[in-house]
Amino acid sequence: MPEQGDRYVDMTLREAENAIIDEFSMYEEWLDKYEYLIELGKSLKDYPESAKTDDKLIKGCQSRVWLDYRVEDGRIIFNADSDAIITKGIISLLIGLYSGRTSEEILSSDFSVVEKIGLKENLSPTRANGLVSMIAKIREIAGINA
Amino acid sequence: MFPVLSRKVYGKDLVYFDNAATSQRPQSVLDMWMRISSESNANIHRAVHRLSDEATQAYEQSRDAVKEFLNASCREEIIFTSGTTASVNLVAYSFGEAFLREGDEVIVTEAEHHSNIVPWQLMCKRKGAVLKVLPIDDSGRLVLEKLDELLSDKTRIMAVTHISNVLGIINPVKEIIEKCHSKGVPVLVDGAQGAVHCKVDVQEMDCDFYVLSGHKLYAATGTGVLYGKKKYLDAMPPYMGGGEMVGTVSFEETTYAPLPMKFEAGTQNFASTATFKPALEFVNLLNDKELVGNIDNIRDYLFTELSNDSRIRIYGVPRGTMDEKIPLFSFTVEGVHHEDLSLILDKMGIAVRSGQMCAEPLMDRFGVTGMLRASVAPYNTMEEAEYFVKCLNRAIDMLI
Repeated sequence: MPEQGDRYVDMTLREAENAIIDEFSMYEEWLDKYEYLIELGKSLKDYPESAKTDDKLIKGCQSRVWLDYRVEDGRIIFNADSDAIITKGIISLLIGLYSGRTSEEILSSDFSVVEKIGLKENLSPTRANGLVSMIAKIREIAGINA
Repeated sequence: MFPVLSRKVYGKDLVYFDNAATSQRPQSVLDMWMRISSESNANIHRAVHRLSDEATQAYEQSRDAVKEFLNASCREEIIFTSGTTASVNLVAYSFGEAFLREGDEVIVTEAEHHSNIVPWQLMCKRKGAVLKVLPIDDSGRLVLEKLDELLSDKTRIMAVTHISNVLGIINPVKEIIEKCHSKGVPVLVDGAQGAVHCKVDVQEMDCDFYVLSGHKLYAATGTGVLYGKKKYLDAMPPYMGGGEMVGTVSFEETTYAPLPMKFEAGTQNFASTATFKPALEFVNLLNDKELVGNIDNIRDYLFTELSNDSRIRIYGVPRGTMDEKIPLFSFTVEGVHHEDLSLILDKMGIAVRSGQMCAEPLMDRFGVTGMLRASVAPYNTMEEAEYFVKCLNRAIDMLI
């Protein structure tokens, strides 16, 4: 099962995105993709209850998503949580890709990875909006710290 | 008979269990819409030419069909709107203009859809009136004893849902109406779900307003009905001004058309409204014992399966008999988010509703952020219900 965060750390962002796309292409059935996201969601731990504040809440999701970050040596370290496990898997996938990178790296991504793995088109509109909000928030944080 | 039901989603046969949000349309309804659009498309009531006459007739025949369906005493009491929401807003505005003063009171219940809360809040804000709320108990029943405390000599109107879209319990509206009438208070009944599952006789019920949506009742979307007692509709000023709703217009003074036109300003959604007639003919077919028996069996099966699962909590639990419960089940699963469940069920071909279901006060009442809702229509089958239960179990296992 996937362990987010470490596997992609030695790759460039582009390589990491391609690795995710490869990994997702192995799952033909949607339920298998969900199993994968559920495991990813479970692997995301240690988000403090005290950081579940409104300023960290991402709007536009049916479920609640909190995204926090800190900057270390010019790299942005993300942490997140959600009350729904599939959504948590999605944010886990995103921060697995973008956490530990510089804001320049993050801002250089076109985030087309979410379309290439079919997440955007196969989630309901409200859900897709949540995804859009998550990406917007990650980009916003990268922008603030550029 | 229902073209959409034979389609597949994600390669699986569609199981449509979101009927309380909108029902599917029989071929006869689709045919009527197509016929008006392709053969008789012309603005109703205005022109003398043939097409306009045909469109007008189809539209007005729907009014007769709705009058029969609700057993209204005359066709002037049937106003066409764009849906339940529009109907409630019309009453909240026009009734408020005619009858509400500062300090007056309006009663709603804790079980209402946002559409039967927000228009009254707006009305109260406009008029400086006070909104009071009749609570429900833990099983989802209205606490009727409290109504006596809430009713005062300042109460001007009460709005209550016939059947909550979340709880699926048939409310004792007749008793509520009697209580309110004894204090001279008129009652609006939200029939968005009630008209689908109960035989409604507005004269017998003695409600002052009854509102419903066509799209939940097998008709085209964008259609709705406001039934109102003539004495109130006559006393209420128009909601919107425009074409059709006028008698004579001059810049000094305008007089209004008689009922029902007074409340039907502008070009109406005539192609869709004309589908009320075939839709209600379909509803009449449903009175067939066999079909009713089928849906009752599905309801009982789902209730048994869901309530025997200790992980599941149902909201709106019938007491003793199943007669007061419609085939609509809102529930939560311990430790599982409703959104996850509905996403997984979707990929299994099952359409259910998840979220707050436009009833945030109810969600707060039960301390949840949302629920999952399965609602069944007469075209659903027992096989679908069994498949749903199987898939729900599998989805829960994936998530726990």
